[in-house]
Amino acid sequence: MYKLTNYIAATGLLLMFSLAVVAKDNINTQSGETLSQAEIDQWSITIYPDGRNLPGGKGTAVEGEKLYQANCLMCHGPSGERGVAPRLTGELGYQEYNPHPLLALTVGAWPYQTTIFDYIRRAMPHQSPKTLSDSEVYALTAYILNLNGLIKKDEMLDREKLKKVEMPFKNKSYIAWDVDEKGKINGKEPKQ
Amino acid sequence: MSKSHSLKNQDEVAKGGLLDRRKFLASGASFLSVLAASSMSSSVIAATSEERFKLYPKHMKTAGIPSELYGKPSRYEKHVGRLPEHVYSSGIITAAFTPVEQLNGIITPAGLHFVVHHSGIPDIEPSDHEFKIHGLVDKPLKWSIEQLLNYPMVSRIHFFECAGNSGPNIIADSPMDMTAGHIHGQISGSLWSGVPLKYLLDEAGIKPNGKWAMCEGADAGNHVRNVPLEKLYDDAIIALYQNGERIRPDQGYPMRLLVPGYEGNMSVKWLHRMEISDIPSQSKDEQSLYADITADGQVKQFSFNMEVKSVITKPSGKQQLPDTGIYEISGLAWSGRGKVKAVEVSADGGKTWSKANLEGPIMDKALTRFTIPWRWNGQKAILVSRAIDEFGNTQPTRDEWISRYARYSHGHNNSINSWQVSSDGRVSNFYV
Repeated sequence: MYKLTNYIAATGLLLMFSLAVVAKDNINTQSGETLSQAEIDQWSITIYPDGRNLPGGKGTAVEGEKLYQANCLMCHGPSGERGVAPRLTGELGYQEYNPHPLLALTVGAWPYQTTIFDYIRRAMPHQSPKTLSDSEVYALTAYILNLNGLIKKDEMLDREKLKKVEMPFKNKSYIAWDVDEKGKINGKEPKQ
Repeated sequence: MSKSHSLKNQDEVAKGGLLDRRKFLASGASFLSVLAASSMSSSVIAATSEERFKLYPKHMKTAGIPSELYGKPSRYEKHVGRLPEHVYSSGIITAAFTPVEQLNGIITPAGLHFVVHHSGIPDIEPSDHEFKIHGLVDKPLKWSIEQLLNYPMVSRIHFFECAGNSGPNIIADSPMDMTAGHIHGQISGSLWSGVPLKYLLDEAGIKPNGKWAMCEGADAGNHVRNVPLEKLYDDAIIALYQNGERIRPDQGYPMRLLVPGYEGNMSVKWLHRMEISDIPSQSKDEQSLYADITADGQVKQFSFNMEVKSVITKPSGKQQLPDTGIYEISGLAWSGRGKVKAVEVSADGGKTWSKANLEGPIMDKALTRFTIPWRWNGQKAILVSRAIDEFGNTQPTRDEWISRYARYSHGHNNSINSWQVSSDGRVSNFYV
């Protein structure tokens, strides 16, 4: 007959064995399928602050103004400042027109100009995103940069030109994860 | 109506009527409810069954109905619902907060979990969705939902808090008379189940210069947040289930990212793509909306952690104490860095403090319920709570918090919260 002590020893061994496996956490998964270069190209719409992944195409603020009036003015207001959607220009912290605290922010205080192109292309206009051509997105980006006094109204904006525009808040921004947390989780030991 | 009990003034653990929980429970005294008392009539001694059953309520004398396929809350709980917010007075950002003062425990029902959406809720067929990892990897890979559902999973209880939670208490110069849910309702807790991200990252093979993951949703605005790989490897999961059921459309169906303890917006819903990179892509939300503007005008970006915080949910804003007597003060505490170590409560505006009882289990980056008995003697009282986490971090005062940031910046507000109880028992928002 099977003795209780034997049984406990056997299950104890089993338990120790399974704990060891969990502790090592050597779980290898292998069901992912290869993602082809064509698929990567198809889905890669993200632009990086060094201009990486910016597409071809070009536009000016003059062209952008017309597109703005037809597609954007309704929410962002006539000069990009007095609408129900976030402000595209003006002083950071300005709240006189609409006291909503989120409207105190402005695209003019964004540290990176490439983000303007990235966001218009992926998400704007709000009710019909992904309907603008790359040149139209360059034109609208040029218009917003012009509203903020960063480029001239007739200046042609393309991949190379956009890379060179510098936002006034770039040098006033910092990555708290790197600076305050030193790129590590927590950074402090639990106190007893 | 007066409540008699055996507790004496010397049983107070702090001024203003805070009581020792064990002594209170042993005393046999009972709590008053901030809600109205039951209207059931007092019983009459009945001689026969006929007389007895005449007094029984209808539901004990009527056959019940069969269960629904998917159950709903009682029809008598219809007053409990999320609190919609119209951000910018427009439909552009849609939000609805958790009515924290109506709930108990540490788990928020999926249908009451707070939501904030910048481009609405997409309707995604699982067969139309795949998850892709590419960029600085050895093997760019993709998975169907079906494949991910067959992966090894973990289940963890964690809170979500929006970076903008409790913003009104920073922005408004004098306290706004609102409920706890309207002020602090961008906090919720759930059991999340899914696949640890490290399995998928290892399967693709991260190249040595890979530091960040650009995480993109499949919504109309393709919401993007950049998350350090260090964090994804530590405790992030691809969540497929919430509180045991598949996650709902407004929580990211068919799958979302879960980045425990970080501002809610980073746990990208409807996640479909991760591009591994050496630098963050600097998405729209990382420019200003989820950056903090410091007192000296710097744009502090990527301040991920939701720091240690607490809020008393009962009694709380716009509630009414019906009578003098003993109440259970109850609230929620949490820390984005780890476990809650202690919560202190004051009933005299912060002059004297007492440790509250912490209900277990106390978990990493999860809501923790605290309680303490309190005798209200009918005088004005200021109820305050402050939490301390396992790293010794505690909550700043509102003034201390405000001194660090530009006056209009209100993200990551973890300052001390308080409620005032007036002599007529009305509870309202208050700044200590």
